Amino acid sequence: MDFDLNEEQRLLKDSIDGLLTDSYDFESRKKYMKEKGGWSQAVWGKLAEQGLLGLPFSEADGGFGGGGVETMIVMEALGKALVLEPYLATVVIGGGFLRHAGSDAQKAAHVPGIIDGSKTLAFAQLEKNSRYDLFDVTTTAKKKGDGWVIDGEKFVVLNGENAETLVVTARTKGDRRDKSGIGVFLVPASAKGVTKKSYPTQDGLHAADITFTGVEVGADAALGNPDDSLALIERVVDEARVALCAEAVGLMDESLKTTVEYIKTRKQFGVAIGSFQSLQHRASDMFVAAEQARSMSMFATMAGDFEDAKERSNAIAAAKVQIGKSLKYVGQQAIQLHGGIGMTMEAKIGHYFKRLTMIENSFGDTDYHQRRVADGGGLI
Amino acid sequence: MDLAFTKEEQAFREEVRTFFRGNVPPDTRRKLVEGRHLSKDEMVTWWRILNKKGWGTSHWPTQYGGTGWSSVQHYIFNEELQSYPAPQPLAFGVSMVGPVIYTFGNEEQKKKYLPRIANVDDWWCQGFSEPGSGSDLASLKTKAERKGHKWIINGQKTWTTLAQHADMIFCLCRTDNNAKKQMGISFIVFSMKSKGVTVRPIQTIDGGVEVNEVFFDDVEVPIENLIGEENKGWDYAKFLLGNERTGIARVGVSKERLRRIRDLASKVESGGKPIIQDATFREKLAACEIELKALELTQLRVVADEGKHGKGKPNPASSVLKIKGSEIQQTTTELLMEVIGPFAAPYDVHGDDGSNEAMDWTAQIAPSYFNNRKVSIYGGSNEIQRNIIAKAVLGL
Repeated sequence: MDFDLNEEQRLLKDSIDGLLTDSYDFESRKKYMKEKGGWSQAVWGKLAEQGLLGLPFSEADGGFGGGGVETMIVMEALGKALVLEPYLATVVIGGGFLRHAGSDAQKAAHVPGIIDGSKTLAFAQLEKNSRYDLFDVTTTAKKKGDGWVIDGEKFVVLNGENAETLVVTARTKGDRRDKSGIGVFLVPASAKGVTKKSYPTQDGLHAADITFTGVEVGADAALGNPDDSLALIERVVDEARVALCAEAVGLMDESLKTTVEYIKTRKQFGVAIGSFQSLQHRASDMFVAAEQARSMSMFATMAGDFEDAKERSNAIAAAKVQIGKSLKYVGQQAIQLHGGIGMTMEAKIGHYFKRLTMIENSFGDTDYHQRRVADGGGLI
Repeated sequence: MDLAFTKEEQAFREEVRTFFRGNVPPDTRRKLVEGRHLSKDEMVTWWRILNKKGWGTSHWPTQYGGTGWSSVQHYIFNEELQSYPAPQPLAFGVSMVGPVIYTFGNEEQKKKYLPRIANVDDWWCQGFSEPGSGSDLASLKTKAERKGHKWIINGQKTWTTLAQHADMIFCLCRTDNNAKKQMGISFIVFSMKSKGVTVRPIQTIDGGVEVNEVFFDDVEVPIENLIGEENKGWDYAKFLLGNERTGIARVGVSKERLRRIRDLASKVESGGKPIIQDATFREKLAACEIELKALELTQLRVVADEGKHGKGKPNPASSVLKIKGSEIQQTTTELLMEVIGPFAAPYDVHGDDGSNEAMDWTAQIAPSYFNNRKVSIYGGSNEIQRNIIAKAVLGL
């Protein structure tokens, strides 16, 4: 049992923290938001230069063979700096599908572009009524010749506006809520029949609603088994959940730090408001919530390697519950302790709060995952 | 980072578990599961079994009879002990006064007291809190005056746990009225059988008598019963309270209770089916289990850290243990109350003697709920813990 980072992991942490300290202060972030697609190509290039975009890929695929802990380190750092760039969509999720199910040809076609920063991906999964059930899929992929024809609508696709390639879940067989008959397809965003409605999200990222109308793709578009890929989807989404937990820990750390600094300097009644016990206790409870979240983020990271899929999902669901509860408390109290200034777009704390809030509703909220743990027979 | 225990650690867990299975008296275990109080004999019997095995003072330095275990082994031992469940060693002796004596006491004191603490030949109690000194402990007033070769002790202590069983007390006494309040306190030990010591029980809301008031009326104590230096008692008290940080989370206790909740909830019916099938109840139970899992991980982080950096600066996460540990213990007793519903009401006038078998399965659930309100109050109330985090961790 060991919770420390090894030497290489420490170097990784120092390197990404250093990069983001240099290039990602709050003022720079505002500039990046105004760039095409809402994030900085230059920062993305720097992440590529440091090898961070190739981190989880195997060495054979040109990557660094990093595991869950490496991704945790990166996501925590990205959270701390409130980074806009599509690491989750491209490297964690898109890359995850390629790592777990990509054929050699599929990997050769997509992985080098991810690693060198020239290509980004997006995960087109959510549907109008699917909410958090990954198996609830009405988008269809019908066989045509050797290839497939995709029809359906996907919503709130993060980085959907910019991605060159869309990873799309679609049903090849069965009814809306059947657990079998679901496939995963790589679809070029430029394919005929793909239409996008893009918009910024509440937390400053960019997403798109995407309609697929008779989109024809080749036989090589299917990742893994097109008739039975729910387990694959669950695995990759579990990895995304773990990554979000780590990002949230970074966001909470920075929110707490910013709040504590603020109440140490803000004066009312002639003293720093941090000298008032009611505020001290609130800040202490934020610390407790953040530490419990950190513990569960570590747990989820290590659970990512569990052999047993049920045990893995149960542990990750539990982590998502703890993170959801902690982030709500830390986020809301950070605004409260900042007072009026916390309500303004000008102060950075509100932006942390907004990203935290969106994380709770990504890939299953607190209630959803709590029910999963409860129905799965608990944790003890 | 690696969550797995090593093969050696797993084998150690098995060894500990096997020993408990073979050596904890079954009645003792049953009473703990049911939340009952144990008699003095039952406790002492078990502690002597543990001491004979060499595990009674496991965390002491080896030269005084400790085991030399790693912090992970201590963690495993404690978890197994709490979740079996078996009675934990008498904290007042083994975790509190013992370490103060081997760290600050002289050779004679070590020889005289340590073996008797280990074998519970002396039952120790703690004389810290006073009626006017709870969270503000340093304001204590019990005074010890030097008169020739004796201390003359006058004053009153309160909340003295199991003082009715005690042979010895370690006591914080004011020995200098003129110094700053923390500076004039000394750490003195003496026999509870001394002339002038009176113990008066305090009945708590659960109906039990765990705590007492202790009065000192011109108690004469030999001068050599001072531990360490005169007027340095506050430092020793802080040292004592800083020990055993990780045990306070009582993760094993809560785990054991959650197993009991699951067990009872699959028997007790609500709406014509076991209450465990009720979605709302099940989610509450899951919520508690998740909190406990997070706490267990936090505790493991602290334990793993201790192993690496030795004693000294505690991991900031350790402040979380008391607050969350106590909250979760309280939640588990709440869930038990919820499971038995209206059967929480009957009060067993026979108390703990087990003569009313019909009430056995529910009799101690409400008392245990009432009794567990104490866990967020004692050992530095949770509000004091929040003050500590604010000051020591956040720098407020």
